[in-house]
Amino acid sequence: MAGVYVVAEHRDGAFRKVTLEAASAAKKIADELGSEVTAVVLASGMADACAELGKYGVSKVLYADDAAFAQYTTDAYANALAELLKDADVVVFGASMQGKDLAGRLAAKLDTSVAVDCTALAVEGGKVKATRPIYAGKVYADIVINAKPQMVTLRPNVFDVVEVGGQAAVETISATAGEVKTKVVDVVKDAGGKIDLTEALVIISGGRGMKDGANFEILETLAGQLNGAVGASRSAVDAGWRPHRDQVGQTGKVVTPNLYIACGISGAIQHLAGMGSSKVIVAINKDADAPIFQKADFCVVADLFDVVPAFTEEVKKLG
Amino acid sequence: MNIVVCIKQVPDTETAIKIAADGKSISTDDIKWVMNPYDEFAVEEALRFQKEQKATVTVVGAGPKRVTEALRTALAMGADKAVLIEDDGLYGADPIAIAKILAAAIKDLTPDIVFLGQRAIDDDAGVVGAALAEFLGMPQLSVVTKLSLDGDKVTVNRPVEGQTLVIESPLPAVITCQKGLNEPRYASLPGIMKAKKKPLDTKKLADLGASATGFAEVVAITPPPERAAGVTISGDDPAQMALNLAKALREQAKII
Ligand SMILES: Cc1cc2nc3c(=O)[nH]c(=O)nc-3n(C[C@H](O)[C@H](O)[C@H](O)COP(=O)(O)OP(=O)(O)OC[C@H]3O[C@@H](n4cnc5c(N)ncnc54)[C@H](O)[C@@H]3O)c2cc1C
Repeated sequence: MAGVYVVAEHRDGAFRKVTLEAASAAKKIADELGSEVTAVVLASGMADACAELGKYGVSKVLYADDAAFAQYTTDAYANALAELLKDADVVVFGASMQGKDLAGRLAAKLDTSVAVDCTALAVEGGKVKATRPIYAGKVYADIVINAKPQMVTLRPNVFDVVEVGGQAAVETISATAGEVKTKVVDVVKDAGGKIDLTEALVIISGGRGMKDGANFEILETLAGQLNGAVGASRSAVDAGWRPHRDQVGQTGKVVTPNLYIACGISGAIQHLAGMGSSKVIVAINKDADAPIFQKADFCVVADLFDVVPAFTEEVKKLG
Repeated sequence: MNIVVCIKQVPDTETAIKIAADGKSISTDDIKWVMNPYDEFAVEEALRFQKEQKATVTVVGAGPKRVTEALRTALAMGADKAVLIEDDGLYGADPIAIAKILAAAIKDLTPDIVFLGQRAIDDDAGVVGAALAEFLGMPQLSVVTKLSLDGDKVTVNRPVEGQTLVIESPLPAVITCQKGLNEPRYASLPGIMKAKKKPLDTKKLADLGASATGFAEVVAITPPPERAAGVTISGDDPAQMALNLAKALREQAKII
């Protein structure tokens, strides 16, 4: 069926925030195209949650309840979605690890293409125009997909979650998982159940200026106060102070928090590639000429070992 | 065993990027070209199988003649042979179209594993591996940080948000490599000398019955959105600076 579609992503029985962002962005596109938003939910045991997607502008939910979809696998999801989305006009995914894995395969299956990790969407001449950073954020590209469905994946935390509606109509459907060659044999949760950097709204990152892995404790304390996550520059990761999954940058994670505090990080282009589109950037560095200050909204020229603990105290006072 | 590694040649990250006169592409003058950093992990992993499984490692690249340099780098690291799909129009083309072209060239090599970097650091798209897997009719294992082989079954670690999935797949499969998988070697001087004599086969799109035309059209390339100049947080001592920062974030930025 024609229209704007959102491929919903869920974990532990709940929809993920990227899905709500995708639904909200899809609603805007659909309004401009004079169309409606349908969400496709491949899951198991999520019937009740489906109707709630209506809040974010979804008119209708196609819900396929099958044990084969409880845990995401590329094969099952791509097979089922190719069938369900073949007549769609626009398909929106979150640019999560799942969305990224799925979109390219589906584009190939449906003989179309995809604009990935977009930071803005518009409608021009009846088509979706997607904007995305390229070359480590040094330039932005506007992309139009000249085929149907026009597919886009949206960078997490960039698009607002907008509540507009009530309940969505839920239609239970059957979808074919087809031949599934890959099998998830284990799921290992990250230690401490921390917020993933790509989803964190506040990130405190440390670089070589932290001097030692143990000193990251002061960043952990601040992150605790702000309900944030701790990131790191590659220098800090290469020194063995933090695991690679904490690395922000070109060969690490691309993050888009509301607040990014860079502590003892010089601001190399490869680091900026990962955090340059954060909403508010604070840099704490004792070198007034550090390149990070050219990207920062708030510049603190000082020794981080003095300022960070004092700032943590101020945040505590704010409550 | 046959291993194929797809290689992209990209501008070195330090290179300044200039928008070309057409406003839709970048100027390729004065660019220092390198092998995509993630592809180094792909080459390294392939070389592991070359040794353990006596595999033949073929590296495949697509683009203008200059891409030969990136392929030679892989040969110097230890790959056995290279294929260049030579076409001046491929740089910046639709990644799904590129995947189709690569698939056409790779099919005849009957690979057991196809390795790629998890994404290229120029277009930052990361979709070629998935599309290639579809065109080759193989399963895909994306953004992999650990890999082990047992007969014709491969087991990989794939970190996703907040957790790591351990996934099993039969071969042949397409695998995209992430930092952490291995430590790529440097090309040694003897390696560089040997690379010059290794076979490098050049193919044209017509030989593959393929075309560079895809559906994704870049309609404009623009400078990044401007950020307002930063505010310097003043204060005679760290405590005062900390207080002023907290105030600025609360009152000005309204973020805490
Ligand atoms: C292919 C490639 C990929 C890369 N990918 C990434 C990536 O993904 N992420 C990444 O971060 N980097 C990446 N890099 C590395 C990048 O080029 C830089 O080397 C790195 O970001 C520097 O880390 P840093 O800022 O922590 O260290 P430095 O550049 O050494 O900076 C340390 C800073 O700390 C300040 N400082 C020191 N002590 C204090 C103190 N007490 N108080 C306050 N400030 C202090 C100093 O003034 C300095 O500015 C990559 C490089 C290459 C070649």
